[in-house]
Amino acid sequence: MSSIRWYKYSSPQTFYPLAGRLAPWFGVTAALVALYGLYISFFLAPTDFQQGEAYRIIFIHVPAAWLSMFLYLIMAAWAAIGLAWHTRLSSMMALAIAPTGAVMTFIALWTGALWGKPMWGAWWVWDARLTSELILLFLYLGFMFLHAAIDDPRRADRAAAVIAIVGAINVPIIYFSVKWWNTLHQGASVSLTKSPTMASTMLWGMLIMSVAFWLYSIAAVLTRVRSVILERERNADWVRQLGENA
Amino acid sequence: MNWESVSAFINMGGYGTYVWGSFGVTAACFAFELLALRARRRQIISALKAGD
Repeated sequence: MSSIRWYKYSSPQTFYPLAGRLAPWFGVTAALVALYGLYISFFLAPTDFQQGEAYRIIFIHVPAAWLSMFLYLIMAAWAAIGLAWHTRLSSMMALAIAPTGAVMTFIALWTGALWGKPMWGAWWVWDARLTSELILLFLYLGFMFLHAAIDDPRRADRAAAVIAIVGAINVPIIYFSVKWWNTLHQGASVSLTKSPTMASTMLWGMLIMSVAFWLYSIAAVLTRVRSVILERERNADWVRQLGENA
Repeated sequence: MNWESVSAFINMGGYGTYVWGSFGVTAACFAFELLALRARRRQIISALKAGD
C-alpha cells in the first residue's frame, strides 16, 4: 500500500488521465452486467403471485433509489472534504456526481409513479417516503443551480457544499421513513438484520441491476469530472498544452 | 421461460404500459445523460482548441 502514492491522484492534473483510462472499463462492464440483469428481470424471475408482471419495475426502481441515496452521501462527503481541506479535486468530484444523482432520483420517482398507479391506484401520494425522495431531487438540483449561480468557482464550491452537507440529513429520513411513519410504500425487502423477504431470483436480479447502476454511475462521474477539470483548470499550463495538441 | 409469445411479453400481463414506461424512460434517461456528457466534453475541447 505504502508504495502506491495515492495522494498523487488527488491533483486534477494526474487524476484526469487516470479517470480517462478507467471510465470506459466501467462503462463496458456496466452494459454487460445490465444485459445479464435484464435477462434475469424478464426471463428468469417468475411472475409475482400478488402483483403479476407489474412488480418487474422493482429491478430498476430499487437500484435507482439506492443509488440516489448512496450518490448523495458520496457527493456530500466530497463536498465536505473540499470545504474542510480546500482540495480542488474533491469539490470537482461533488460537482460531477450531482447530475448522475439527480438522474437516479428522477428514475426512482418516475418508476415509483408507474408502479404506484396499478398497485395503489395513485401516481403519487404525499407520504413520507415519496416526499423525502422528492426533496432529494430538489437538493441535487439546488446544489447544481447554486453552484452555477456563483461566478467564483471556489466560492461556489463552499456555498454548494453547505447545501450538500445539510441536505445529507434527508438520506436517513428517506431510508427509515417507511419505519417511522405510516405509509403506503412497502418496507425494505432487503436489510442487513433480516433475511430478505423475497424470492432469491428476484433478489439476485435486483442486486445484479444495482451493480450495473453502480458501474454506470462511476463511468458517468469519471467522464464528467474530466470535463469539469478542463473547464476549471483551463488556464493551467497542462490544460493549455492539451488544447494545443488536441 | 415466462413468455408464450412476443405479444405476451409486450403485454406484460396487462401491465405493459407501466413496465415498459419504466424501463423505456430509464433507458432514455441514461441515453440523454451520455449524450449530455459527450456534448460537454466536445464543448470544452473545442474551446481549448480555439485557445480562449
